[in-house]
Amino acid sequence: MNEQAPLSREDRVKNLKGIGSERKRVEDARFTQGKGNYVDDINLPGMLFGDFVRSPYGHARIKSIDKEAALAVPGVVAVLTAEDLKPLNLHYMPTLAGDVQAVLADEKVLFQSQEVAFVIAEDRYIAADAVELVEVDYEELPALTDAFKALDEDAPLLREDIKDKMEGAHGPRKHHNHIFLWEEGDKDGTEKALSDAEVVAEELITYQRVHPCPLETCGCVASMDKINGKLTLWGTFQAPHAVRTVASLITNIAEHNIRVVSPDIGGGFGNKVGVYPGYICAAVASIVTGVPVKWVEDRMENLTATAFARDYHMTGKIAATKDGKITGLWCHVLADHGAFDACADPTKFPAGFFHIVTGSYDIPVAYVGVDGVYTNKAPGGVAYRCSFRVTEAAYLIERMIEILALKLDMDPVELRMKNFIRKEQFPYQSALGWEYDSGDYHTAMEKGMAAVDYDALRKEQAENRAAFDRGETRTLMGVGAAFFTEIVGAGPVKNCDILGLGMFDSCEIRIHPTGSAIARLGTISQGQGHATTFAQILATEIGIPAEDITLEEGDTDTAPYGLGTYGSRSTPVAGAATAMAGRKIRAKAQMIAAYLLEVHEGDLEWDVDRFQIKGNPEAHKTMKELAFASYNQAIPGLEPGLEAVSYYDPPNMTYPFGAYFCVVDVDVDTGVVDIRRFYALDDCGTRINPMIIEGQVHGGLTEALAIAMGQHITYDEGGNVHGGSLMDFFLPTAVETPVWETDHTTTPSPHHPIGAKGVGESPNVGGVPAFSNAVHDAFAHKGLTHTQMPHDHWRVWQTAQKLGLTD
Amino acid sequence: MSKMHVKMTVNGKEVEALAEPRTLLIHFLREDQRLTGPHIGCDTGHCGACTVDMEGKSVKSCMTFVGQSNGKSVTTIEGIAHPDGTLHALQEAFREHHGLQCGFCTPGMITRAHRLLQENPSPTEEEIRYGISGNLCRCTGYQNIVKAITVAADMLNAQEAAE
Amino acid sequence: MIPGSFDYHRPQSVSEAVGMLAEMGDDAIIVAGGHSLIPMMKLRMALPEHLIDIQDISDIKGISVSGSEVAIGAMVTQAELVASEDVHAVCPILRETALQIADPQIRNVGTVGGNVANGDPGNDMPALMQALDATFVLAGGSGSRDVKARDFYEAAFFTAREEGEILTAIKFTAPPAGHGYSYMKQKRKIGDYATAAAAVMLTLNNGTVSSASIGLTNVADTPLYAEAAVAALVGSSLDDASIKAAVDAAKSITDPAMDGRGPKEFRTHIAGVMVERAIRAAAANAA
Repeated sequence: MNEQAPLSREDRVKNLKGIGSERKRVEDARFTQGKGNYVDDINLPGMLFGDFVRSPYGHARIKSIDKEAALAVPGVVAVLTAEDLKPLNLHYMPTLAGDVQAVLADEKVLFQSQEVAFVIAEDRYIAADAVELVEVDYEELPALTDAFKALDEDAPLLREDIKDKMEGAHGPRKHHNHIFLWEEGDKDGTEKALSDAEVVAEELITYQRVHPCPLETCGCVASMDKINGKLTLWGTFQAPHAVRTVASLITNIAEHNIRVVSPDIGGGFGNKVGVYPGYICAAVASIVTGVPVKWVEDRMENLTATAFARDYHMTGKIAATKDGKITGLWCHVLADHGAFDACADPTKFPAGFFHIVTGSYDIPVAYVGVDGVYTNKAPGGVAYRCSFRVTEAAYLIERMIEILALKLDMDPVELRMKNFIRKEQFPYQSALGWEYDSGDYHTAMEKGMAAVDYDALRKEQAENRAAFDRGETRTLMGVGAAFFTEIVGAGPVKNCDILGLGMFDSCEIRIHPTGSAIARLGTISQGQGHATTFAQILATEIGIPAEDITLEEGDTDTAPYGLGTYGSRSTPVAGAATAMAGRKIRAKAQMIAAYLLEVHEGDLEWDVDRFQIKGNPEAHKTMKELAFASYNQAIPGLEPGLEAVSYYDPPNMTYPFGAYFCVVDVDVDTGVVDIRRFYALDDCGTRINPMIIEGQVHGGLTEALAIAMGQHITYDEGGNVHGGSLMDFFLPTAVETPVWETDHTTTPSPHHPIGAKGVGESPNVGGVPAFSNAVHDAFAHKGLTHTQMPHDHWRVWQTAQKLGLTD
Repeated sequence: MSKMHVKMTVNGKEVEALAEPRTLLIHFLREDQRLTGPHIGCDTGHCGACTVDMEGKSVKSCMTFVGQSNGKSVTTIEGIAHPDGTLHALQEAFREHHGLQCGFCTPGMITRAHRLLQENPSPTEEEIRYGISGNLCRCTGYQNIVKAITVAADMLNAQEAAE
Repeated sequence: MIPGSFDYHRPQSVSEAVGMLAEMGDDAIIVAGGHSLIPMMKLRMALPEHLIDIQDISDIKGISVSGSEVAIGAMVTQAELVASEDVHAVCPILRETALQIADPQIRNVGTVGGNVANGDPGNDMPALMQALDATFVLAGGSGSRDVKARDFYEAAFFTAREEGEILTAIKFTAPPAGHGYSYMKQKRKIGDYATAAAAVMLTLNNGTVSSASIGLTNVADTPLYAEAAVAALVGSSLDDASIKAAVDAAKSITDPAMDGRGPKEFRTHIAGVMVERAIRAAAANAA
């Protein structure tokens, strides 16, 4: 057999398909052939199906529950209510925010669609029939659905279960519907800056309640093996290990006897972080019956009972000199958490990382106060590609900048540039406590402005405005900019934990004798392509082609402990763990190479996929050879095998940023906004797989479009929820979605092993303000300062009408 | 209510079963036939994740009772690849151009695109977007899906021309 | 998500279907394409004990175009209507309207008959049929009868169809050759029900409107035939004042629901905008 000519270095790098490669995804083979394995695909012998009886009322007492008719349906095995869960102390469960949430309503219901009873039957059709037959007698109570009225003296008492607890998980509660007050920054200093300021702009900015709405709803299969005493839970879990620990604590089954598996997940977007009553009920049902129990919700249940997003009423006050230098930022938030505070935030931060509200700007003093309140709405709050309230914070500052620009009669991009944190100021200590790792905002903004020819757009807009006033056109052009800095990668264990579990993450790698490898992480992809991209990190670190590395996540029996995937944390934390584990592998491989080549370790250098003797590259050992050697050689002082594990505690969060521009044409007579153009420049530090980054940006921008332009879950005075089905909940089709132009700069994170920052949530963080600013900009010259989202047709038309532009 | 006799052709195979008349075709396929490719994403017939090909037309199987599909020929994503197991051009193009992320909409999307390209072998971008307006995706923003379908169309037309 | 139980029937003829309806009374519902009914059954808002599937009845399928006379079988799908070159040649507004209904999958199965028969104010075909002055053919126990589209709708989901009757066909005379047409529909996204929509057809004779027809979708609990608006147009030269008069007349008969699409006054306003834009579009494509 002929020897192949040695590959060039360039080809060796290419073959690895490591960091920077547009490697095609390994997941696609199964998904394109319908061979994914999602929760509802799981079918186990004897499996039962669970379904909920849900409250039609937003606030009511439960007088009685009659299960008789339901139990009489052939094939119905049991009907659980709070009474059945009380002896197990499972009628309430702890939330991720230090509150408790009813698993099944105990004596009263607090939001329409709340879980009241759990029917378990032989199949889902029988369960559905039985659900209709459970008779619940309610006594309706006045519903509280206006957050602004929650703290009124005569506001109805919602949470009778904690009415005597005036000390909550986050400090004192000042009212029976109050949850917490979280404050950060220098309140006095900021108030002084405001009173001393030459210019102050103030606005109430609401970020409406929306919902992540992943295409796959939430669900699980619980299977209790009574013989071996082991509980297995398959489910739509973005944090499988945390679910295992929580499950152990509340079921009293030892953690080593619980296995949690997140199989393929059809989108998460934060909706699948928390623990839902369905999971608990299915687990209890399985523990009691000893057979598997499946629970999968339908879309309306998902939209009306699982973790919503946003519902923040933010009052911003921004102080500046008359030349446009910002001197202070004051912000108060009324946070509507629904009936239970089930917000998936790190324990110390009930308002997540809202600290980032100073945005990309060098603001010397700032204060933020967040009052969380209960209302008769579904619980939740943190979700939807927001990195823990970062979307809300970014929206506030990016709107305030525009409002300030109007007040100063300054171009909003120019105002931003004037106040940007300068490159030399990094790492930058913000007035609200976090240290931004790196950034080069001016370069990114200038690149974006050039790409869209910002000056030409303004010129065109001026001509359009004149034509409109002359009656030659009925559309108004808007140019919206957004320059966001977000904070992701939760996070340093010293201040970031979920229910006491530090927010580190992990990677474990084992190299096989023939030079391929398996790696497992504590994160879990829901479409982000980890099996493809984390193998790329490893490929670069250890010189084994990505194609030869299997990457697994999601099975708590085999994967090292991690806190899961949300808040764009996988790359910053697990990606770092992956690199560090890879470096441990390489360190051991170096010792093996030194032994084999009979030199000192220090005489070797690493080159792509091998260790070679410095100055004598012909003398080398590839990682593949070293792998075999680790199984084959008896090396003094070294254990056989080649594996490593890293648990990574990040020293800081990471701070991706971006410059987005949106051009719209608003038809003032119909309120229809045509998105003419959208340009998104993202800086996520080191780019692992540009193809995947681009896909994430496309997807996030589409979600942002939906939020800004039409999505809204509302509750009327009677406590009824609206927008809870796809009939009304706005999800754009391919027709409404424009072509996205993506671009990038690269400013690595100095503290991350490979300089990567994460990107999944940036487009939602930056996209919403870009769309919103564009719509506002169309009317700015006519006197519009702020109007609340969503910018759906009727609201835009009302704005035009109020400004006298249409009848 | 008693069960009814159901007989149809699924992915080229004759299947027979007893099922309640109210059984939705999506459940019949997923649970009775164990074809878990088509998915359920909503309750109101908007998302298209359940799309199958029935008698040469794209149909939402979550809004079809088994009785209505009696005697008919149904193709799911599991029947899109070639009989010898090689991938259809769409399946290759979706991978090549990153037309999927979580994969949940993908079976319905590819099944729909497959029929779209038979109805219109050289669609414009606008025609593609309009043609898949019954299939929602939350991950991709559609751009790479459109690209993948365009590339697949070119591949299929080139194959046609070569034959 | 899961419908209630029912027995399933597939009659082979109109008389067999009518017989079943007579026997089962209000325990039975007819299903054509099912894409309006089945979602309601899944929500258990409709709970028939018997489902009568009329897809096998050949007499209610097919399109016939003879000169200007068009007959559309109740089971003709929206997709078949779109594809019909014969219909498009004499009455192009049908294709334009059908293409704005729902999405490709639903159009493959949803029928014209279903769209006009169930009385859902959100459906697009009813207003169009009223604009065309179409006739619906109903078959029942005592034979067949015709009801004008303009007389068919009584309230949301209440029509002139009696309990034991089935709508079998839709008939109309296409407007004169060279007529202008437009189905102008504003919606939140493609395939949504209309925020408001207007079906307009008109003929011009030396710049003067010799005939016109205007129907309005989803701005009341039934479709609306805007008679006064038509009167304002006919005989005019489509000058701004006449168009405004037509628009105002159309708006004055609206009584829209308030829903996610917007408050009542917005939907009435949009109805006016749709009427105006449809008139101008029809004028532009009229011969």
